[in-house]
Amino acid sequence: MSTAVAEVPVQSRIHYLNANYGIKSWLFTTDHKRIALLYLGSITLMFFIGGAMAVLMRLHLIEPAGALVQPETYNKLFTMHGVIMLFFFLVPSIPATLGNFLVPMMIGARDLAFPRLNLLSWYVYITGATFTLYALISGGVDTGWTFYTPLSSHYLTTHVIAAAMGIFINGFSSILTGLNFIVTIHKMRAPGMTWKRMPLFLWSMYATSIIFVLATPVIAIALFLVMLERVFHVGIFDPAIGGDPVLFQHLFWFYSHPAVYIMILPGMGVVSELVTCFSRKKPFGYIFIAYSSLAIAMISFFVWGHHMFVSGQSLYAGFIFSALSFAVAIPSAIKVFNWTATLYKGSISYQAPMLYALGFIGLFTMGGLTGLFLASLATDVHLHDTYFVIAHFHYIMVGGAVMAYLGGIHFWWPKITGRLYHDGWARFAALVIFVGFNLTFFPQYMLGYLGMPRRYAVYPAEFQVLNVMSSAGASILGVGYLIPFVYLLWSIRYGPVAGANPWGAKGLEWETPSPPPTDNFEEPPIVPEEPYGYAEPEHAHV
Amino acid sequence: MFIAAMFMAQWPQFRPADASTSADRVDHLYFFLTGITLFFTFLIFATIFYFMIKYRRRSEDERPPATEQSMGLEMTWIVIPSLICVGLFFWGTSLFFAEARPPQGAMEVFVVGKQWMWHLQHPEGPREINQLHIPVDVPVRLTMTSEDVIHDFFVPEFRVKMDVLPGRYTSEWFQATKPGTYHLFCAQYCGTLHSGMTGTIVVMSPTDYAQWLRDNATTESLLQTGQQLFARLGCDTCHLPDGTGTGPALQGRFGKQVTLRDGQNRVMDEAYIRQSILDPGFLPLPNYRPVMPTFRGQVSEEQILQLIAYIKSLGSGERTQAP
Amino acid sequence: MSESAAGTPLAVPPRESVHSASPALHHQFEDIEQQRDAGNFGMWVFLATEMLFFGGVFTGYIIYRSLYYSGFAAGSRGLEIDLGAAMMFVLLASSFTMAMAVHAAREGKHQPLIGFLTATIILGVAFLGMKFTEYFHKWQEHMVPGLNFHPALESLRGAPERTVEMFMCFYFFMTGLHALHMIIGIGLLTIMAILARRGKISRENYNRVEVSGLYWHFVDIIWIYLFPLLYLIGGRYK
Repeated sequence: MSTAVAEVPVQSRIHYLNANYGIKSWLFTTDHKRIALLYLGSITLMFFIGGAMAVLMRLHLIEPAGALVQPETYNKLFTMHGVIMLFFFLVPSIPATLGNFLVPMMIGARDLAFPRLNLLSWYVYITGATFTLYALISGGVDTGWTFYTPLSSHYLTTHVIAAAMGIFINGFSSILTGLNFIVTIHKMRAPGMTWKRMPLFLWSMYATSIIFVLATPVIAIALFLVMLERVFHVGIFDPAIGGDPVLFQHLFWFYSHPAVYIMILPGMGVVSELVTCFSRKKPFGYIFIAYSSLAIAMISFFVWGHHMFVSGQSLYAGFIFSALSFAVAIPSAIKVFNWTATLYKGSISYQAPMLYALGFIGLFTMGGLTGLFLASLATDVHLHDTYFVIAHFHYIMVGGAVMAYLGGIHFWWPKITGRLYHDGWARFAALVIFVGFNLTFFPQYMLGYLGMPRRYAVYPAEFQVLNVMSSAGASILGVGYLIPFVYLLWSIRYGPVAGANPWGAKGLEWETPSPPPTDNFEEPPIVPEEPYGYAEPEHAHV
Repeated sequence: MFIAAMFMAQWPQFRPADASTSADRVDHLYFFLTGITLFFTFLIFATIFYFMIKYRRRSEDERPPATEQSMGLEMTWIVIPSLICVGLFFWGTSLFFAEARPPQGAMEVFVVGKQWMWHLQHPEGPREINQLHIPVDVPVRLTMTSEDVIHDFFVPEFRVKMDVLPGRYTSEWFQATKPGTYHLFCAQYCGTLHSGMTGTIVVMSPTDYAQWLRDNATTESLLQTGQQLFARLGCDTCHLPDGTGTGPALQGRFGKQVTLRDGQNRVMDEAYIRQSILDPGFLPLPNYRPVMPTFRGQVSEEQILQLIAYIKSLGSGERTQAP
Repeated sequence: MSESAAGTPLAVPPRESVHSASPALHHQFEDIEQQRDAGNFGMWVFLATEMLFFGGVFTGYIIYRSLYYSGFAAGSRGLEIDLGAAMMFVLLASSFTMAMAVHAAREGKHQPLIGFLTATIILGVAFLGMKFTEYFHKWQEHMVPGLNFHPALESLRGAPERTVEMFMCFYFFMTGLHALHMIIGIGLLTIMAILARRGKISRENYNRVEVSGLYWHFVDIIWIYLFPLLYLIGGRYK
């Protein structure tokens, strides 16, 4: 419910969307909110490109001998699907859209610490995306998103350098965004906003930013070395001069494992906000949820070898990585239990954002627990590089991160656009996505256990039934993702005007009109003594 | 419900065959993990459903009071999952380590993977492509290398998998328990025909296997091929059996420790022999001049394996390299 | 900040009119100190990323060096240590002049600022000149992997050729990456010098010089690691 204050009609109020007009005012903006929208547009485009590839792949896999494309093309499809979805959609998704929009507002600041750097981040992202799309259009890359050497450095003739360059450049976008967030959160909190008064979303953005800043440079180096090896035909991963291809794997996974936590931590932050708002309760175990974000960020740097249990690395390395991989599951479990406990004796409503959040909790639990199968050395030997792994990470990334992203977009949509979308359609879409998702990926657990390897364009006939089930689910999921696109866009023009706080949520971003003014706050925001004061009586504020 | 029904229909195919000595044990852990996963997922889903219904918002101005934070509850749900994880870790690790080393006297098969096929060589001589015939109830140890990119030798029904690397040897072992034909898959993406790099493992009764060996007998065994190669490449001109040659004698040296000129200690295992053939300059010995030429470019990976088989047959010291 | 009774949110003191402070203050900051603080902190975070960036190659170097010591030692002996040491001293001197430049900026002294910045730039360019001379010599000796690696037998010093090639890969990559960072640094300092000449650097916004200085010192420290790792192994002074 919006606060009982007469709202100035959107049309006559100046806010960040109508403060200036014209393409230059957008392309040269330093307003974090506009930059967030620039990102929103770009990553949505990348999502649909990556999604189109997924659709083609699942259509192809209806037949054991392949229904649609040649193996060479299939290899390019899964490579580009992975590269685009991971680097150009998931990694920036919540941080660059919701993070950029909300971090300054949630701490009561006017903008991020380095607004021009923020704009540069977006341009760097676009440059990286251009290189990658060039690689796609000019024939594709078929290295797999993991670029293992010596396949990628010596044996493939596709546009490896263009794609690697795209990812390399995009890494700098991440680094700069992370740097901006860290400095902003450290140095620009409003007076009275101590660390323990920050919303949990900020804790998870902070933890994510630490990973951005420390892990991304390593993949930059790893890919750069591969590019050099391709150009000069000699390099440090080349067995012909004594190089070790497994070293590439170490450098690659040193980033790529923390990277998956980059993808999930912001989602967890969003879920914390959604669960509290839609049950009108402060989070159970606030400090535990906050610290678990940091714990996940820290431990995530030490588990990369669990991708390499059968790579030929030593058994003792496997021992350590397995132990730490089990350890990193615990902070995530802490969050799940605390979110569930937050619902206890709450006042729960089921608008679309809440449905997404609850879906996240359930699907993330399953996805996370299937990670234990892979952390355990003995079972990982069987399951590594099979469809089980694909099911596991899609449960977390799609059932988890994408659902959290959609939940967050729906939750903050009124704040961002000043409009409300049609909640009935939104709930319907959430349901379609949930059903389609499970039908797509649950059978893949079984396929993996039965032995179907990943990255196979053709497969033995006995796996067909499960593959057809999965493809059926994928078509439902695809439709499910299109629906929000339609009603959200529609709402921008035709949706009812939203007030400052349509959900009755707590948080500084809700203390300002929707859409916010360019400098975020018309009046200096009042920092509450405790965050999430849902149990306290409402106080009027202008 | 639909999914559950499909399960039931698929029941016989719900598990891959457990056709090796380790399959059952891996499956036990797998099903225990499945149980844990389903239990906790169901627990969370059910709790959420229950709370969603019981605490649904009944009026717009409901303001639920804050619930007491509970350190006890936090500790419970930290400690219990941690204990479960510790238990699972030890189970998985001990199983892994127990399966890591092959039993003594395992049948040696050499594997060379290349884009996009498997070359396998039996010690008795027969060579196979994309297929491996083995006797049941006999431990088989594969020593593997790749000629080009990284591959992976995966037999789902045996629950074994290991990457196959260029420039190095990796190994895995298994002991088949049921005669039959089982899938072999390449499980490390290796280029265009990665999904075509498949094959079969044919497990036969001992008599059938013996028959198969007879039917596929070659004029020479693996180590005889190696011996001939050893002579043809001129290795025997320096590596005289009595130790008086330019190079050290190789009799009885396999598996023994070697001390290099700079004091480093190595073991003469498969990797050591391969390095000596391709990069002798890396391994200068204290009492010999470093004059051995390199054979890089003159021998294929398969030929190196043949030479290794021959040198092994000259008598071994201790065990071969750990996998 | 006054604490009110429990349950009442803290009141934020009204923000001063931000632009009455100084034209150097950016709008997102409350005061110049916060801006300076944020700028410095931001540069430190960036340097942390740079450490990880170089860290990847250093890790590879350390691993291969332990595997192929003889080749790495041979490669190292082939480097020109006199030139390397001279480069080291040039960089240390440039860090000194850089520190003096920051000091001058903090004090608001224009001429010394411009002078010290120019000196730093000149020393940096001298470093790059020496580096590229060394590269040119290596090219003449046919020691550039991938392009013309046909080393003379003596330069291998008995080590297997491919491990010397591996060393040279690392040599070129590590020093090349460092040189790239030097070029960026020189560009940055040139911009600082131009701004200083135009009188755009005052006591209030001197921070940009300080932040550039941090970057410059970091690039210097990288060389302090590179020099012994690349030039001083190999027992040339046994």
